[in-house]
Amino acid sequence: MVTGTGSRPASPAPAAPGDTHPTALETELRALAGAVPDPELPVLTLEELGVLRTVVMSGPGTVRVELTPTYTGCPAIETMSEDIERVLRERGIPDVSVVTVLSPAWSTDDISAEGRRKLAEFGIAPPRPGAADGPVPLSLSIRCPHCGSTDTELLSRFSSTACKALRRCAACREPFDHFKEL
Amino acid sequence: MNDAPVTAPPRAAALALGDDALVLSHRLGEWAGHAPVLEEEVALANIALDLLGQARILLSLVGDEDELAYLREERAFRNLQLVEQPNGDFAQTIARQLYFSTYQLFLYRQLAAGDSAFTGLAAKAVKEVAYHQDHAAHWTLRLGDGTAESHERMARACGALWRYTGEMFEPVEGLEVDWRALEDSWRESVAGVLERATLTLPDGPRSGAWRAGAGRQGLHTEPFGPMLAEMQHLHRSHPGASW
Repeated sequence: MVTGTGSRPASPAPAAPGDTHPTALETELRALAGAVPDPELPVLTLEELGVLRTVVMSGPGTVRVELTPTYTGCPAIETMSEDIERVLRERGIPDVSVVTVLSPAWSTDDISAEGRRKLAEFGIAPPRPGAADGPVPLSLSIRCPHCGSTDTELLSRFSSTACKALRRCAACREPFDHFKEL
Repeated sequence: MNDAPVTAPPRAAALALGDDALVLSHRLGEWAGHAPVLEEEVALANIALDLLGQARILLSLVGDEDELAYLREERAFRNLQLVEQPNGDFAQTIARQLYFSTYQLFLYRQLAAGDSAFTGLAAKAVKEVAYHQDHAAHWTLRLGDGTAESHERMARACGALWRYTGEMFEPVEGLEVDWRALEDSWRESVAGVLERATLTLPDGPRSGAWRAGAGRQGLHTEPFGPMLAEMQHLHRSHPGASW
């Protein structure tokens, strides 16, 4: 896997979105790659999670996909890359390269509205918006995904994965995961 | 394409940052199966995973990550002596976390605001490290302002590790950092947490003044050798092993 670290948002690649409109094929491939489910949160697609950056045909039969990790050490990124490679090869593109980019850093604000709705439906309290940097003040209440009460308390800052915190609802007493703001 | 580094990453700096993250990640991983409560076991493992992710990216900038992690001798590691210190009791692990996560937070903030080979990583990692610092600060408050026993242990741990904190502010070649400002921010932040935890900032001698040098020069403390042996033995005994 290729990992880029020094990229600057101010100097986009020649084929960055905005410079050229995606072709019909690129749009189709992006939809395919974007529909791949997150290996750890399979209710979300990669598009809804906001980790799919660009899908560009760099030559005939050659596609380059840029993916960004949620957390620096997220082990799911390797499975995501393999899944994307597989679906694009199955579509008939022989040469698929998936590269990981770090800049600009992913934020929970990149999760789509539909993604947030699905998280709550799945029993995970979605991240609060406006995660500029660091922990969001706890004064903003987090709603229990089971009963809807806002009377919830933090049990642990880290839960089943680095991106979640463990909370408990004071109303229905159920524990639940909260997708932390990042 | 846009993922090429702006300039070749300076090796000494990549090793210093990468080795800090790698070694502390391994130390925190030693808590697996031993942490006081399940939630804390998961928390420490998650922090270790964040650090391992940083280490993989940083070491890959200047070589093969596996070769660098598993095949270097002790003297070739450039991590701070602080991060190689044994876990001790839970208070000692938390004191180490407080000192180091606060350092990393302010260091990465400066690097994220600059323009170097480390800017992209720092901008990403600083958001994760903010949670590490938050975790350490809350435990420091809970232990320092807890029972007489927990207060005593937290005070002892902060004092015992203090001597390793001077080294954090010795300039590293290739890192454009205002070290004086970094130390001021660190001291103010740590002192604030300790004060709220009814503890005081230790005032003993620190490693920065040691003329022989320390971890950044490849000089390590006695517990580092055994840790490295455990970390490296599988890869060295079974080259190319995978699962």
